[in-house]
Amino acid sequence: MTTVHERADTFHDNDQKPVGYGRMLRKEDPRFLRGRGRYVDDVQLPGMLHLAILRAPVAHARIVSIDTSAAEASPGVRAVVTGAMLAQQGLAWMPTLSNDVQAVLATDKVRFQGQEVAFVVAEDRYAARDALELIDVEYDVLDPVIDARRALEPDAPLIRDDLDGKANNHCFDWETGDEAATEAVFARADVVVSQDLVYPRVHPAPMETCGAVADFDAVDGKLRLWSTTQAPHAHRTLYAIVAGIPEHKIQVISPDIGGGFGNKVPIYPGYVCAIVASIVTGKPVKWMEDRSENLISTGFARDYIMRGEIAATRDGRILGIRTNVLADHGAFNGTAAPVKYPAGFFGVFTGSYDIEAAYCRMTAVYTNKAPGGVAYACSFRITEAVYLVERIVDCLADELGMDPAELRLKNFIKPEQFPYTTRTGWVYDSGNYEPTMRLAMDMAGYAELRREQEEKRARGELMGIGIAFFTEAVGAGPRKNMDILGLGMADGCELRVHPTGKAVVRLSVQSQGQGHETTFAQIVAEEIGIPPADIEVLHGDTDNTPFGLGTYGSRSTPVSGAAAALVARKVRDKARIIASGMLEVSVADLEWEKGAFHVKGDPGTSVTIQDIAMRAHGAGDLPEGIEGGLEAQICYNPSNLTYPHGAYICVVDIDPGTAQVKVRRFIAVDDCGTRINPMIIEGQVHGGLTDGVGMALMEMIAFDEDGNCLGASLMDYLIPTSLEVPDWETGFTVTPSPHHPIGAKGVGESATVGSPPAIVNAVVDALKPFGVRHADMPLTPSRVWDAMRGQARPPV
Amino acid sequence: MQVTMTVNDVEVTREIEARLLLVHFLRDVLGLTGTHWGCDTSNCGTCVVWLDGEPVKSCTVLAAMAGGHQVRTVEGLATGAQLDPVQEGFMQCHGLQCGFCTPGMLMTARALLDRNPDPSETEIREAISGQICRCTGYATIVRSVRWAAVAEAEAAARVAETTESSEAGEIADAGQTAGAVA
Repeated sequence: MTTVHERADTFHDNDQKPVGYGRMLRKEDPRFLRGRGRYVDDVQLPGMLHLAILRAPVAHARIVSIDTSAAEASPGVRAVVTGAMLAQQGLAWMPTLSNDVQAVLATDKVRFQGQEVAFVVAEDRYAARDALELIDVEYDVLDPVIDARRALEPDAPLIRDDLDGKANNHCFDWETGDEAATEAVFARADVVVSQDLVYPRVHPAPMETCGAVADFDAVDGKLRLWSTTQAPHAHRTLYAIVAGIPEHKIQVISPDIGGGFGNKVPIYPGYVCAIVASIVTGKPVKWMEDRSENLISTGFARDYIMRGEIAATRDGRILGIRTNVLADHGAFNGTAAPVKYPAGFFGVFTGSYDIEAAYCRMTAVYTNKAPGGVAYACSFRITEAVYLVERIVDCLADELGMDPAELRLKNFIKPEQFPYTTRTGWVYDSGNYEPTMRLAMDMAGYAELRREQEEKRARGELMGIGIAFFTEAVGAGPRKNMDILGLGMADGCELRVHPTGKAVVRLSVQSQGQGHETTFAQIVAEEIGIPPADIEVLHGDTDNTPFGLGTYGSRSTPVSGAAAALVARKVRDKARIIASGMLEVSVADLEWEKGAFHVKGDPGTSVTIQDIAMRAHGAGDLPEGIEGGLEAQICYNPSNLTYPHGAYICVVDIDPGTAQVKVRRFIAVDDCGTRINPMIIEGQVHGGLTDGVGMALMEMIAFDEDGNCLGASLMDYLIPTSLEVPDWETGFTVTPSPHHPIGAKGVGESATVGSPPAIVNAVVDALKPFGVRHADMPLTPSRVWDAMRGQARPPV
Repeated sequence: MQVTMTVNDVEVTREIEARLLLVHFLRDVLGLTGTHWGCDTSNCGTCVVWLDGEPVKSCTVLAAMAGGHQVRTVEGLATGAQLDPVQEGFMQCHGLQCGFCTPGMLMTARALLDRNPDPSETEIREAISGQICRCTGYATIVRSVRWAAVAEAEAAARVAETTESSEAGEIADAGQTAGAVA
């Protein structure tokens, strides 16, 4: 365990180092800087047609009739397709990633505003849009269910009448922990604090919207699909199942992706429509949604209505945590999570604390809103879990009159308790929480901040200090427990070393900006001693990479990164045998030193990995039983998740006249185990912190009572710009994962998970003089203003 | 209708629909796909290009309106193999991740430095405030622009000291504005 304080401005370049970990500039940057990235919308194929989707204008309505004749006659139109036409081919419905079904195009009813109703294929995108205006749909409008709290009322309109025997809007029930044991600790606790919390519906809104180019060749029966997908292999298998195209005839290409954040994990109707359109027209077809379509119809995030309860002794020892959750899953259960985990990894809501009992009961419902739920860098619902525990711990601190930092330090799981099994059954692999917390407090100057706050309060100024400490569970996952529609969550990796000692590594995961082409080259370089510049990383093409489940839930480094390290070790093992032949010594007499084997005690007698690569492919003899070539492939099945942690401190100032919240400082200390490229880690953290400011202060996908989406453009759905965020202050500690081959843990979503509660805790702290104990996100000026007047209420 | 404009120093003439947006003209007609399309409401700024040297959002400019004008896109930023200092700064300071907002950010940054060679952090944040990045959290973009400002100032200082040095001359060429800084 080392504790090192990294300032953001200490640049020490490792680019020129021959191999291994450290700050290294990104191999992918040159093409992006020149405008030479290749995103889905950049794909232009000869004869390509364009597809546009007609969407439901209302949230809940029966389709009476659809007249497409005028659209078909519109200039440039090649095809107009409705749900009824898809139904004839058995393609009107598709499975979701949660074993529900979702309409590709509506046949009976529309169930949310923005749902797909018909599509047009035309010679250019403008002609396709023109024709949409000419499709005449008659709707019989029905009452919608918008508020999840009313979804199970006996007189609530029935949304899913497509499901046999469905008589209400109930989606699923789920529980975890020990109800009776939790009841017992609550009964004997000195103090019990309860708080209602809403984590509003938000949207990942990557800068690139979703889209696809489908190119079906009727002669060889092959489908090529360029698609904005974070999981190309899983999508390939699902297309084979849904569309009936043999899997070896499907190539899914996920080229450069303009941000994902979980928005690009599900299969959307638009992708299926593009495939159908290419089959129908015999031409390549491009579908690219616009921003409004992205915000109203694709995977949203959160939408949990929670009650948190915490029980403790009077001196501040936390005994138990209990929660009751109402989950709004929208019109179809399109949650992208391991199937045995309908609430994702919400079960880690016990946080970073050593407690005696915990229990959660959850009810999920259907509403007339877009499907989704697991997205926006949430680590499968850990955003909601960490928000819950870190808010109620602050509520407890307030009740006890204790400093929130002190309360956390008192209750942390101790380093000697790891591996630690939580009261809900999660096995935390490693952690050392106190040094991380202390470092964040040192960087912030915590005691001095509290003194400043006291002075400001005396002058009537509103300053708040918020703390959040999180433990994440990332790297899904052990295949015995975790699968998506039966596909185990393992990842393959293949490494080929060419005769001249240059290498190609092929990954099953895919980058949406995380810098895989750099970090994976570094992982392989560290193991095999070939400089990162000499290692080409290939990903995002199912015909050219081994099978695996893709990039989401911070799983690339925990799963695929392990695969890359192990495949490199496998190649190194073979290289050792070849080296023993070249040096005419036994394998046991060789020592590995990055990039070369030498004879023990004789460093001058050595062969480099490049020498070995040439011998492996050369005409000379190889040791007995060794095949030529220097390559290997593996499939890595993680034995456990990895559990990164972090301590975040936020300082806000609130203008008492306007209720505007300004994030003055944000200190983030992350522990993601072994660090491969600190520059890239810092970038991941910065991005997540900015998401946190968005969620805590600005972003919400709201609806009116008729189900009209009120966040349907970037004028209404507010995302942080450079003016809303401070210059981030980052630091780190290193607690390696004991089971990961290189000790690394995931980090991509840590900051998105950890920052919202830190910001909300800071705002509530600032509002203490008004007697405020809680206010729900997003803490916009009007909602803060209401809180200052004792009128805080949940968002709708 | 027919439109003629100069894009990255090359005159182009094309037959277009009057309603065609400049962003689609650049991407779909000219194949300059470095300029991106991220929203329909002028909020995201992934489509920023220069019109007569001024950054504009090409999703809210008709191609016809660019007729007779000079357009510059990210493809026109580097000089051959030599990156512009803002491009180099974004690489050095990790000012990009997915790369989707990057072309627009680069065009705005270059325009800022052309007007103000030594911008403060606040001035940089204001300059890019009409553009959204979902990946970086902006701090590294601010550092990237500062890196370019410092690099150009240093290059200009070297030019002033040793005008005959061929190496310094190359750097000054690449910097575009280095002479103005000096």
